[in-house]
This record gives sequence, structure tokens and C-alpha cells, in this order.
Amino acid sequence: MDFSLIQRVFPFFLEAALVTLEITVLALILGLFAAALAAAARLSRSATARALGTAYVSLFRGTPCLIQLFVLYFGGPQIGINLEPFSAGVIGLGLNIGAYMAESIRGAVIAVDKGQTEAARSIGFSRLQTLRKVVLPQAARLMIRPLGVNTVALLKGSALVSTISVVELTYTAQRFIGSTYKPFEIFGVAALLYMVMVYAVARIVDLLDRRFAIV
Amino acid sequence: MQGLDFSVVIPYTDLLLTGAWWTAVLTVSAAALSFVFGIAFAVAVLYAPAIVAYPVRLFMWVFMGTPLLLQLFLIYFGLVQVGIDIPALAAGIVGLGLHFAVYNADVIRAGIVAVDPGQTEGARSIGFGKWQALRYVVIPQAVRNTAPPIASNMIALLKESSIVSVIGIAELVHSAQLAISETFRPFEFYITAAALYYILNLALEAGLRRFERHVEISR
Repeated sequence: MDFSLIQRVFPFFLEAALVTLEITVLALILGLFAAALAAAARLSRSATARALGTAYVSLFRGTPCLIQLFVLYFGGPQIGINLEPFSAGVIGLGLNIGAYMAESIRGAVIAVDKGQTEAARSIGFSRLQTLRKVVLPQAARLMIRPLGVNTVALLKGSALVSTISVVELTYTAQRFIGSTYKPFEIFGVAALLYMVMVYAVARIVDLLDRRFAIV
Repeated sequence: MQGLDFSVVIPYTDLLLTGAWWTAVLTVSAAALSFVFGIAFAVAVLYAPAIVAYPVRLFMWVFMGTPLLLQLFLIYFGLVQVGIDIPALAAGIVGLGLHFAVYNADVIRAGIVAVDPGQTEGARSIGFGKWQALRYVVIPQAVRNTAPPIASNMIALLKESSIVSVIGIAELVHSAQLAISETFRPFEFYITAAALYYILNLALEAGLRRFERHVEISR
């Protein structure tokens, strides 16, 4: 173990970890939007909307995230989409996790007892009112854990954007391997920083879940 | 901006199908490894003496908290540093296998705990040893009850196997990259690779569903 090396590279790694965090947060915001839309589409009465929602979820969950990033970043210019690595990474990761989050949201909505909807409708609530005032508040609690699991997966999956040359934690680690040939020290530091972030997110999800649990 | 032309893919059909074949081989080998080690880790965490159980728990904790890509780099480049030069394919199978073994172990551990204690007591009272009761009575039930989450781990494994292309294993992504380096047509080849993954995914899902049904009926 070369501790002076670890000391020297640590500031660079901290900066890179912030980029990883930034990508994750931006992709999470995009993903939640895409997921809410897709879940609404899959639960809607329109057959076209349902088909579109299902196609999105099935295509993005049925193929590797890595390929999706490559299609967007390397293939994009062929269809007139020119993106910087960072934006391609955020959009690719966001659309990918959005498909998984759509299923988490849909699952939570379906899990709310049918009697709740029937009761709300029978006392004169409209479909929209039922959804907004009765179903969604209950579903929101059930979503916290699955969406939290998705977020942890997104944080770890963000390492993939190193392959389209976004300078985040994994990319930085690779670059330092090239110049130091000390894989254990370098990857060890990167792994430690990932673990700090992953277990911090997991803890936040835990706290949220407990805070909003129906006791 | 050039027009799209998917006919450029045709001369590379063999290359891409060979890549898809290796993706399937990788997935099946890593899945087998992840299943066996998943059971081993779960048993170690629950029943092994602390000197074994704690390192296994630490290992699981580290593997669950870090990206697969980083783990593959560590296994592949790290072993070279300590003088062990393993082929990329072996590193890929071991890396994928261990990564998913940890997730399987998490599920199987919960499955073992959930098996009624009466099952162990029953097995013990008719003369099974502790190990025999575990091996022939508890673990089969635990695996059976956790088949759906294990199946979804295997579906994730197929997709994540694309990541081993970064250490130079000639699987599907790598084949596409090779073709792109000759044709400069990333869009057509990556979409084709995506379609092949989608087909492999459907096949795997169908296979796993049959397996789950089989496990259910035989109970």
C-alpha cells in the first residue's frame, strides 16, 4: 500500500466524486419526469398512450444501458443529435433509469387497494380527484423504497459514462492507473468514495421510508 | 449528417452472431457461478464461524456498494499487479459471477431464514445431521421460494455482461465496436446489437419462466 500516493491523488478523486454526484442528481430528475410520464401513460385509458408507455419501458429495460449510451453518444451525430459527453451521459442514464422507475411508480399505484378508488368514486369524486386526493398520497409512500433502490442502481450505474469519456470518478481512477500502475490503491480510493455515496443514499431512503410509513 | 443505411450490417452478420453467442456463454457461466457462490455466501453469513462469516459480510458489503465496472477493473488490473495474469474472459466471468453472487446471496439468505424452523426440527428428528438438514431440506426450499428475485438478477446479469467489453472480451458490444471501426456506422451497429440483446433477453425470460413454473409444480 502506497499511502503517500493515496494522499496525493485524493483531492482529484473528491472532485471527480462530485461530478459523479452531479450526474446522478441530474439523471435522477430527468428519470423521475420520464418515469411519471411513462407510468401515467401505462395506466391511462388511451390504448395509444398505453402502447407508447409500454414500448418505452420494454425497450429501455430490455437492452443494456451501455448500448443505450453508445447509441446516443456515438450514433447520435448520424441522426443529427450532437451532444457533449456530459449531457449524453445525463440523458442516457436518465432515460434508462426512467424506465425502471416507471415500473416502481406503476407498481405502487396498482398496490393501492381497489376499494379506495371504488369508495372515492361512489361518493362522487371524479377520476382525477380520486387519483390526486386518494390514490397518489397512498401510493407515494409505497414508492419510496423501490425508487430508492433505483436511485442506488443509478448512482452505481453512473460509472458507465466513463466509457463515453465523462471525467467522473471511474474515469479519473482509470486515468491514474495509466500514470501510476497501482490498481489496488487507485481503485481502492474510488471504491471507498462510491461506498460512502451509496450507503449515504441508502440511509436517506431508509429514513424517508420510516418517516412516511403508516404505523 | 449521413443517411442511415442498415444494409451495412449484413456483411457483419457472422461477427455479430458470434458476439451474441459469447454474450450467451458469458451470461450462462457467470449465472452458474453466481448461483453456487450465492448459496455459499448465504450459508457462510448465517452458519459459519465469525472468522469466515465476517469477511464474507465485508465482501458482500463492498461489492454491493461499488459499481460493477470498477470491480472488473480491480479484478483484471489488480491481479496483474500482484503477478497473477488471468485471461480477460476468466476475469469477466469471475467478476460478473461474484457481483451477482452477492445479490443472490442477499436474497437466498432471506429465503433460508424464512423457511419454517419446523422443517429443520423435522429433518433432525428423523436422524438428518445438521449439514444434511440444511443441504437436503432447508436450501432447496429457500431457493424455490426465492426463484423470482433470482430470475430477475439473472436478467440483469445478461444486460450487465455488456460491461465486460471494456476489458476486451470479444462479446456482442465488442463485435459491434470492431465492425464500427471498419465502417464508421455506430448508429446502425449499436441499434443492431441492442436488438440482439433484446432477443436474448426475451429468450432468457422465457427460459426462466419455464424454470419457475417447473419449480412451482414440483412442490
